[in-house]
Parts: sequence; C-alpha cells; structure tokens
Amino acid sequence: MADIKVEALRHVYSEGTPFERVAIEDISVEIPAGQFVGIIGHTGSGKSTFIQHLNGLLQPSAGTVTLGGQNIFETKKITHNIRFRVGLVFQYPEYQLFEETVYKDISFGPKNMGLDEKEIDAHVRRAAAFTGISENLFEDSPLELSGGQKRRVAIAGVIAMEPEVLILDEPTAGLDPEGCRQILENICTYKRETGATVILVSHSMDDMAKLADRLVVFNQGHIAMDGTPKEIFSHPEDLFSIGLSVPESTKIALELKHRGVDLGGPVYTDDQLVEAVLRYDRRAKA
Amino acid sequence: MEIISAENLHFTYPGDDEEALHGLNFEISKGQFVAILGRNGSGKSTLAKMFNGILLPSEGKVTVCGMDTSAEENILPIRRQVGMVFQNPDNQIVAGVVEDDVAFAPENLGVPPEEIRERVDRALKLVNMYEYREHAPHLLSGGQKQRVAIAGVLAMEPDVIVLDEPTAMLDPQGRQEVVGTVTRLCREQGITVILITHHMAECVDADRLMIMDEGRITADGSPAEVFSRVELLKKEGLTVPASTYVVHKLNAAGFSLPLSALTPEACAQAIAGALLPCGGEK
Amino acid sequence: MKSVTLGQYFPGDSLIHRLDPRTKLLWVIIYIVALFAALDWYSYGVMMAVTAAFLISSKVKFRVIMQGLRPLIIIIILTAVLNMFYTDGTPVLPGWPITWEGIKKAVLMILRIIMLIAGTFLLTYTTSPIMLTDGMELLNAPLKKLHFPVHETALMMSMALRFIPTLTEETNKIMSAQRARGADFDTGNIIQRAKAMIPILVPLFVSSFRRADELAVAMESRCYHGGEGRTRLKQLHYAPRDWIALGFGAVLLAGMFTMRHFGL
Repeated sequence: MADIKVEALRHVYSEGTPFERVAIEDISVEIPAGQFVGIIGHTGSGKSTFIQHLNGLLQPSAGTVTLGGQNIFETKKITHNIRFRVGLVFQYPEYQLFEETVYKDISFGPKNMGLDEKEIDAHVRRAAAFTGISENLFEDSPLELSGGQKRRVAIAGVIAMEPEVLILDEPTAGLDPEGCRQILENICTYKRETGATVILVSHSMDDMAKLADRLVVFNQGHIAMDGTPKEIFSHPEDLFSIGLSVPESTKIALELKHRGVDLGGPVYTDDQLVEAVLRYDRRAKA
Repeated sequence: MEIISAENLHFTYPGDDEEALHGLNFEISKGQFVAILGRNGSGKSTLAKMFNGILLPSEGKVTVCGMDTSAEENILPIRRQVGMVFQNPDNQIVAGVVEDDVAFAPENLGVPPEEIRERVDRALKLVNMYEYREHAPHLLSGGQKQRVAIAGVLAMEPDVIVLDEPTAMLDPQGRQEVVGTVTRLCREQGITVILITHHMAECVDADRLMIMDEGRITADGSPAEVFSRVELLKKEGLTVPASTYVVHKLNAAGFSLPLSALTPEACAQAIAGALLPCGGEK
Repeated sequence: MKSVTLGQYFPGDSLIHRLDPRTKLLWVIIYIVALFAALDWYSYGVMMAVTAAFLISSKVKFRVIMQGLRPLIIIIILTAVLNMFYTDGTPVLPGWPITWEGIKKAVLMILRIIMLIAGTFLLTYTTSPIMLTDGMELLNAPLKKLHFPVHETALMMSMALRFIPTLTEETNKIMSAQRARGADFDTGNIIQRAKAMIPILVPLFVSSFRRADELAVAMESRCYHGGEGRTRLKQLHYAPRDWIALGFGAVLLAGMFTMRHFGL
C-alpha cells in the first residue's frame, strides 16, 4: 500500500490557444494509504481535473504526483500501469459499458492488465461480490439491467483491477436513496476488506460527514480547506462564503444556536444531533 | 377545480407481462404544486408520460383540462396545455442557440412571428435566462440548461408543467435553481406544477405529496402528513428529510415534537421550544 | 474539447452577420466557383483581397480562423510538398527534384485551401445554425414539388450541428473512462487499433440511440408535428444590402472568368 503525494500541481486546458483556462493551480496534498478522503467543491472548481491526475489520465502542466515515492509520469509505461493501481470511476460510469455480457465487461480491466484466464476469473468474481452483483447476472447483457445495477457493474469494472486507491466521481448521482445507500455500502466494504485508499467526490455533505476521515474542499482551482469533517463543519461560515453547504444536522444545530440552544461542539450527522439534544435536555433538567 | 384526473388508470408496456400502473385514481387541482416521490422503477415516469398523451392508458382514462388523452384530436391541444421537462437537459434542447430553442414550441403551434418573439422574451425572463438568449446551450451549466428547457415549455403558455426528475443530473446549486424557479412559477403565475423526484428536500414546499411504489400510489397528502410516516417511507426504499428523522428519533426518546417540522428552521424552532423554558421565541 | 470550432457560431452584429443566410449560402457557392476559376497570381490576389474584406468586416477574430485551420495543417503541408516534387519544370538547383513551377503551384495550392476553409468557416461562424438551415430550407423550397423532404433535411442538419459539441464531449468522456480501465488507443497495428475503438463506439452508439429516443419524445411534447403549419421566430427578409452583396458576387464571378480567359 502506498501513499499519494501531490506537489505544486497545476493544469491548464488548451494551453496556448484562445480557449486557454487554468483549471487547478498550486495543489499540494498528501494522502496516506488507507485514508477515506472526501472531495467537495462546486462544479468547475477543479476537483474532476485534480482526480484525473492521480491515475495519470491528465498530464500536469506543472508539478508532480507520486505514488509510494514513484513519480507516476516518469515514463509512458509507468503512467499506463498506474491506472491499474489507482482505479478511477467516472460520473455516470454506466455509459462506458460495452460488452455483450456483464462478465465480459467486468473483465475488461483485468484483461488489459495482462492477467491469465484464471486470475481474471478470480478478479471478476471478487469484484462482483464486492458490488453485490449476483453471478446469475454474469451472462446477461449489461444494457438490460436496472439503473442501479448498471452503475454497480460499471463500478465492478474498476474494482476488478483491485486498485490500492479507488477514486469515485459522484458515484451516486441520479440514483434513488436505496441505490445510493447500496453503492456507498459497496465502497465501504471494498475499503474495509482490502485496506484501499478511497477518494470520493460528492455533493452530498451528509454522506461525506458520515463516511470520510478527511475532507478536502476545492474552490476556483485551489484547495480552500483541508481537515477532518469535525474541523471542516465547525466553520460553516467558511463553507457558506464559497457557496457550499453543510449537512442538514449542522444547519439545524446552527438554527438552534441562533435560538439560544448551544449544543456545544460540532454536530454533523443526524444521530449526533439527536444525541446532543438529549444530552442538553438531561443537563437542563439536572 | 381539477385540471388533471386519472380514473382506474392501468398501463402495461407493449411486450411486458407486468403492469406498470395498477389502476390509479386521483385528481389534481389547478394551481397546485404536487410532488410525486418514488424509487427508480416505481412507475412515476410512466405516469408523467400519461399527462400529455405520450403514453396512453391500456385501461381507464386520463382527462386533462376536460379532454380525454385517448382521443387523437385532443393530443395537440393537450400537449399545448401540459409542458414537459425531462431529466437530461442535453436531450431536450433542440436548437444551437437559447432563444431559437425556446421558440421551438410556438413555431410548431404556428404562432405569428411577432408573438413568438414576445413569448420567448417573456419565458426567458420568467426563468431569469433572458441575458443568455443568444448563447449556445452546450456552454451553459446544468441548472441553466434546465431553466432553458422550462422556458421552452413556458413559451406554449401551458396551464400545467410536469417535470420528470429534472434535478437528477444537477449539482445542489442547479437543483436549487430549478426547484426555486418552478415553485415561483406556481405561486406567482398560478401554473400547476407536477414535480417528479427522489430528493425529499425538493418536496417540502409542495402543496401535496404523492408516494408511488410498484405502480401504485401508497401515500397521498400534505408533505407533513406523508413524511410523518417514516416507517412506510423506509419500506418503500425512500428516506425522509433530516429534520423529520431527527424529530422522529427525539419523539421516540420521549419528546413530543410536531412532525410537520420539515425544514432545518422549523425543526430548530420545535426543538428550541421543547428545550427552552420560554418556548424558544427569539 | 471545447476548442472544436467546426460548425460553431459566434454571435455578433457585423455586416456579414446581418446578411440574409440565403445570400451567404449563395455567396459561398460563388466564392468557391471563383476560387477554382482563379489561375495565377493576379486572380489569386483578387480572391485574397475579397477574403480579407470578409474576414475584417465579419469581426471574427483571426485567431479563431487559424484555430479552425489547425486540424487540416497536415493535409495542407502534404499536398504542398507533393506538388513541389511532382511538377515538371526548371529545377531550383541543377539536379534537384524541386522545380520553380512546383513551388509556385504549392504556394497557390496552400492559398486556395486556406481561403476555401476560411470562407466556408466564416459562413458557420457568422450564421446561427437555425438561420443556416432556414436559409437552406427556403433555397431548396422548389424541390418540395419533387417530393424532396426539404423541411426534414433542414431539421436533420440543424440537429446534427446542435449535437456536434455534445457528442464530442461524450466521446472524450468515454475514452477517458476506458483509458482508466487500461484501454490503449495509441499502440499496436491498424487492426489492433481498430479493435481498441469498440469500447468507445459501442457506448457512443447506445447513448446516441437513447438520446434520439428522448429527443423525439421531448420534441413531440413540444407539439412538433412535422413542417406543416410551422412559423418562424426569425423571418428571413432580403434587405437592400443582400441585393448589393449578390451584385458584387456576380461582378466577382464575371471578373474571375474574364481573367481566366486571359490567363492571369
């Protein structure tokens, strides 16, 4: 398992043309192996550009990315092979499904890794298990599955490479609450059982508060905040000032504070809020 | 006065064995903001397509502004009255310039050019996109694209706007733009709005909330009434707004807070009222 | 890939922008015929002056035009080089395969291709897709009598133009997604590379069909029922400037053919 180290990363789109645009600048961040990192920020804040550097899909205009001390852009071969160690699931990944069967589609990544038949089979079955895809579906066409199932097959296609870093760009977008819950649970299972680093981009502050060890906030191509959810959500004004939000429970706690009920300490999940209110109540009665 | 009614509405997709809608009966009143909530595959999108005759009932009937959708000659007048906005903004914008796209429906209806101009300008102003009228849609944000799509149906001057998961592909800001816009259209222009979604937070301002599951309506009432049935919603694979969840949990622990507190403000108000001796008034 | 300028429209209020799209379409035809009638330095000079006049009066940035040329640079250079080598005449240096005639032909060829591209791109840069297809529909209106689907063709064209940026963006997304799963589009022989395209083409087709389906429903929902009885937001009217522009076109054509006759 390897740490990720990003130093002074900068990326400019369409450099040297009238459409030139600086997407990210001055990004330095270290992500130790096994951390669950949440990335939040507006559409266009540079977070998608950032994550595509971590698996070598985008070349930095300046700066470096290292994985376990290895510069991932050193040679073309290294950059290509880094993709198997750093799995990236794009937004709406179901749009990448192309094979005739679920099994074949999940095996696309392992095949590109150059594994033999037996290993591929083992990888596919493990990935299916992680994402809760029944082996009965293996011979079905991925295009005929339900929306939530398609999404999970697509995620399995990346997990099948058994990456030590798993990056997901809004994996729950467009799914209903039950679909969201399943996907997030799949991700947590993968992390728990393999010890992989997980980097999750999401707009849902509530999910982030529940899952992440650490939050990195992007704003206009820069890292605006970096800390544990507890630290980040204890400064709601800073988030509001860059047009971001806080979990619903934090909002309620803030409203309570306005009304003279100070629950003490940051609150960022629903259950924390319930606990804090009950504690306040006990104290008031005592 | 009802503007849409469904009577014993059944529907089966051609080639399917299972019914997608199992005998729905309801009426929707003019000028109301109605939210329809349900998980994927619950039949809510199928129902949406019934409202303007894109799909026709296999059994029973749907009446819109007094017209039966099954009668061929009613289709065009019905579509003029019922504007539809869909999930993917890219797949409903037909023209390469914003104002040309908004003009598409009135052009189809044969409205005279000067009047089209007026309607397009008015529609774009209503959704706050007037200054973007000469822009290319593909360079707009998701929320802006959906507002253009809303303007595109407003230009028909409809009585009803049906939105089929219009926010599913948007970020929180875009979601707010769209829901804010349709709420305003309902309140200020008196347009009946039917919003189909699976985001609970978008339903709290609705006049009426219907829950669908497996082709049936399983709950129907004010958002406060419906969200108070926390257990039912869980069973349907849905969640409740955080405020409702918190109130529910606190009540289980001995509080007696009103379940009508759906927003953080209302929830905080209720909790403060219970905790503070003076009732939490500022 | 927002740098793709093919078929893009840059809103503006220049004289060229305000011309009737029919005038512009006819002018592009005149322009192309005139360009191919051009024979030697003098006629090329006239065409360059005409092209420059258009570019300046359109107020489209020169950089944008060059941007449009970029993808074609290889083709331009290749044809120029071939012309240099494969034209008979006096060698530049004794024993060299390059001839003075070849160089001249190559230069003229480059000029012709650049003007051809600049001229036609200028049409799409200064004319909104709707105006363009409206213009085509009206110009082709006489064909309706021959049961040619004039309205449908025009609609198809405007849809195609509208979806170019959407589909380019989608192609890039799918390519990135497959690359992330280790797909390799850049190495191997032709057959391997063609095979590597399958993971891009299949999803692209699937999504295009889905788009088409959704778009059809969205259009029907907005009361689309064919070209019958449709009106237009933007009516096309010939203004005096259009007649003047077409007059200039006729003069240009006559002039070019006269010069060609005299071998200029």
